[in-house]
Amino acid sequence: MRVIIIGAGQVGSSIAADLDDTHEVIVVERDPSRVEELNYSLDVLAIQGDGTAVSTLEEAGIDRAGMVIASTDNDETNIVACSTAKAISDAFTIARIKNTEYLRTWERSEKAFGIDFMVCTNLLTAESIVRIVGLPAALDVDPFAGGQVQMAEFEIPEDSPISNQTVREADRFDSLTFAAILRNGAIEIPRGETVIRPGDRVVVIGSPKSVQEFAQTIAPDESPGTAEEVVVVGGSEIGYHVARLLEERGFRPRLIEQNGDRARKLAEELPNTVVMESDATDMAFLEREHIGDADMVVAALDSDEKNLLVTLLAQRLGTERTVAVIDTTSYVELFETVGVDVAVSPREVVAEEITRFTREGGAENIALIETDKAEVLEIEIDDASVLSGQPIREAVGQLPDGVVIGAITRNREFIVPRGDTVIQAGDHVVVFADATVVDEVTAKL
Amino acid sequence: MKLRVDYRASLSLVGTVLKYLVAPLAFPVFVALVYDETVVPFLVTMVVTAGIGVGLERLRPDPDIRAREGFLMVGLTWFAVAVVGAIPYLIEAHGIPFVFAPLHPESTLANPANALFESMSGFTTTGATVLGDISFDSHTRGIMMWRQLTQWLGGMGIVVLAVAILPELSVGGAQLMDAEAPGPGIEKLTPRIAETARALWGAYLGFTVLEILLLYSLNVFGVDPAMTAYNAVAHGLTTMPTGGFSPEARSIEAFSAAAQWIIIPFMIVAGTNFALFWHALTGDTERLFKDAEFRFYLGVMGSLTAVLAGLLFVGAGFVTQAPVDGTFDAAYLAEFTDRIVMQVEPSVRHAAFQVISVVTTTGYASMDFNAWSAPAQYLLLFAMFIGGSAGSTGGAIKIVRWYVILKSIRRELFTTAHPDAVRPVRLGGRALDERAIRGIYAFTLLYLVLFFVSSGLLFLDAVRVDLTISVLEVMTVAASTLGNVGPGFGTAGPMGSYLSFSNLSKVFMTFLMWIGRLEILPVLVLLTPEYWRR
Repeated sequence: MRVIIIGAGQVGSSIAADLDDTHEVIVVERDPSRVEELNYSLDVLAIQGDGTAVSTLEEAGIDRAGMVIASTDNDETNIVACSTAKAISDAFTIARIKNTEYLRTWERSEKAFGIDFMVCTNLLTAESIVRIVGLPAALDVDPFAGGQVQMAEFEIPEDSPISNQTVREADRFDSLTFAAILRNGAIEIPRGETVIRPGDRVVVIGSPKSVQEFAQTIAPDESPGTAEEVVVVGGSEIGYHVARLLEERGFRPRLIEQNGDRARKLAEELPNTVVMESDATDMAFLEREHIGDADMVVAALDSDEKNLLVTLLAQRLGTERTVAVIDTTSYVELFETVGVDVAVSPREVVAEEITRFTREGGAENIALIETDKAEVLEIEIDDASVLSGQPIREAVGQLPDGVVIGAITRNREFIVPRGDTVIQAGDHVVVFADATVVDEVTAKL
Repeated sequence: MKLRVDYRASLSLVGTVLKYLVAPLAFPVFVALVYDETVVPFLVTMVVTAGIGVGLERLRPDPDIRAREGFLMVGLTWFAVAVVGAIPYLIEAHGIPFVFAPLHPESTLANPANALFESMSGFTTTGATVLGDISFDSHTRGIMMWRQLTQWLGGMGIVVLAVAILPELSVGGAQLMDAEAPGPGIEKLTPRIAETARALWGAYLGFTVLEILLLYSLNVFGVDPAMTAYNAVAHGLTTMPTGGFSPEARSIEAFSAAAQWIIIPFMIVAGTNFALFWHALTGDTERLFKDAEFRFYLGVMGSLTAVLAGLLFVGAGFVTQAPVDGTFDAAYLAEFTDRIVMQVEPSVRHAAFQVISVVTTTGYASMDFNAWSAPAQYLLLFAMFIGGSAGSTGGAIKIVRWYVILKSIRRELFTTAHPDAVRPVRLGGRALDERAIRGIYAFTLLYLVLFFVSSGLLFLDAVRVDLTISVLEVMTVAASTLGNVGPGFGTAGPMGSYLSFSNLSKVFMTFLMWIGRLEILPVLVLLTPEYWRR
């Protein structure tokens, strides 16, 4: 399929990089030096021009394009680009949006703006942060099958009751599958005799309840639901949505914003949040408000450096867990090394969301593990799938290595995958797959 | 000095309002005809009013009203209608030389200061009276009905009524209503201000008619023979405006428990924001019970009633012996203690009636609360400052202001512990603008200062004329006139009158009722040089 990506910023480039091996990707970018750079670094065609102009879109071959992704940093440009594309072609249009007002308009009428799928950066990021807050010990949490299934990534602490146990010993949970173990940056598919070591990252797939039980077992001190004292630093759009979503889940967070007018506006819109007007790097303030006693500090300021500083200060004061929003995707690993418990990159979140729409094979939902080393996919099984109609034990043989069937839902009911479970057409299957075999898997399922 | 206010434009609009005041004067004419009385006092008033009105209108044929002219117009309108409203009282007492013999020369309203007091008390819906003898022996039925009607006209607001029916006020109308309507700011219900005004008056008229019918049905079904058609209309006209005038000397004590129970909910309705009823009638009933002010209003009245009912029930709510000044005698006290103490229904009824009457600033009484003990009376003094809801017909400080003040005090407490916290004060779900909160503080403080200064002045004047009166009584008189409540304690009690005060005091109280009805600031601003110049 021909995919036209408008805007080659971090998001656009990262989507292009994800798609260039399976699709015919054309990138439209205004900056000539970026165009040149892309032509050399990726297997895509980059052309210079304005993505909202019909002439540029025609030059990009819009008449043959299956999909148009508008991912510039400007909401209005993305909207106009999508409407223009829709007006002159039948391509599926995806727009990246920051302003949630546009999202609300679009949700009201899905024909609005000529956009087929809208991805709201700020909201998506906030949602993923709130999932982490809900499961404080998790590094990453993603819902599948309408929330029936959860994928979560945990780091095994030194004193965890399951460290140095085999997977068979550790698996005391009804509806939980150990999908993968990440050790020293490599992915290992766990077998019954695999030993879990402290410092390993474990990817589990199961019902939300069992994931919570697992979280409680490996880190009893940070058991889910106790993160009631949440402090959000920075009243950016992301900070605002984090506070709002936490309010919806019954939390009463604190939000710190330096700008007085912005703080006042946030306080008006967030009745159950205590908004404070202060510089979050002011030690006297942090001590006075006992930020060190907070269960969780979310740094959502506009600058990466400040977010790092705030999270380090909070840890110094004794905060149990810190989450930082990091704009520059390449810093994520660095930040987590320095001590930030979870670093969330809005661009990564958006790229993940957009990528799931461009996958072939009917993938309905997708989560990327360790940026792109592996993926967790949700797939609706049809008759052509190798899984349908035979027990998993036999079907697995026809699938490549590096694939784990994590969970099954049938008619919105959770089914634990066992060797003798027979998958039927119409079931939703949540699968973990190593990045190297993803395309083979999606083709077979 | 060059004036920056186009006072001719304001006077011209006052003239227009006066001109239309002729129409409601037809109602007492009708009553007089029914009871076979003379209609001369009203006809003369109609001619005089129309004359003044047309004369003032000529000052500026096509008036252009802006904010400043609006304040002046509203202030003057209320003063002018009070003056015109006093004319029937004066004619009744003095007659017209060579043409018309006085009907009741012995009337206390022969004194112009008294007549103006009574008229201002009527239009401002205060309900304080200077009638010496409240009966049809000393006043015609027409005059007594006019007295009731002045309250009904003043209730929803004369200017609001004018905006509803006068097309020339469609643009500046919101400004005018804002200056007149009780509470901070008005709520535009419809895009056109005249429609909003009409909706408010429509609801007002509807409730009035409903109450009259319900009260009269008591007579029809033989429950309360005292509630004649005349009385049903008279009380219907003064409940909804939270007025309090009654053609009965004993106020609502003259009627059965059933009548009192009917009047209670209507007083509650009168003290509620009429915009809520408009929403309810257009299908949004949930809004009424979700409204923060309305819930607070019911809560305050409920708790005060509960405390007072408790006091009355156990007997601690009554004085132990009748006073020497003779406002009531020992027999009255004995009769009431006998009927109320240890009786659930009468305790609750009398507590609720008095509390609701005073909080909504109606001013009716189902018994003489001079017979109450100090704690019970103190509770009523406190209630005099509460007032009805914004956008209701009630007076005093208004429940919504207290609500905002309480919430902002709670905010102060919180920010003392957390100095960096940003906490908007919320009214319902809406965050209030800090300027609005400052305005509410300023108004409340001004109101209280004015109350204390007025009490002092009235007390001084009482000493000057050798009037024996207690500090508590003077305070209730000041609070009652400034808050448009009506009765005070002692001689000015619910069954008494304000007659014993000097003319000077009564003129001052007339002033208090006037500025109290317009919520002080629109009148006070007229007294500042900045208003007239730049």
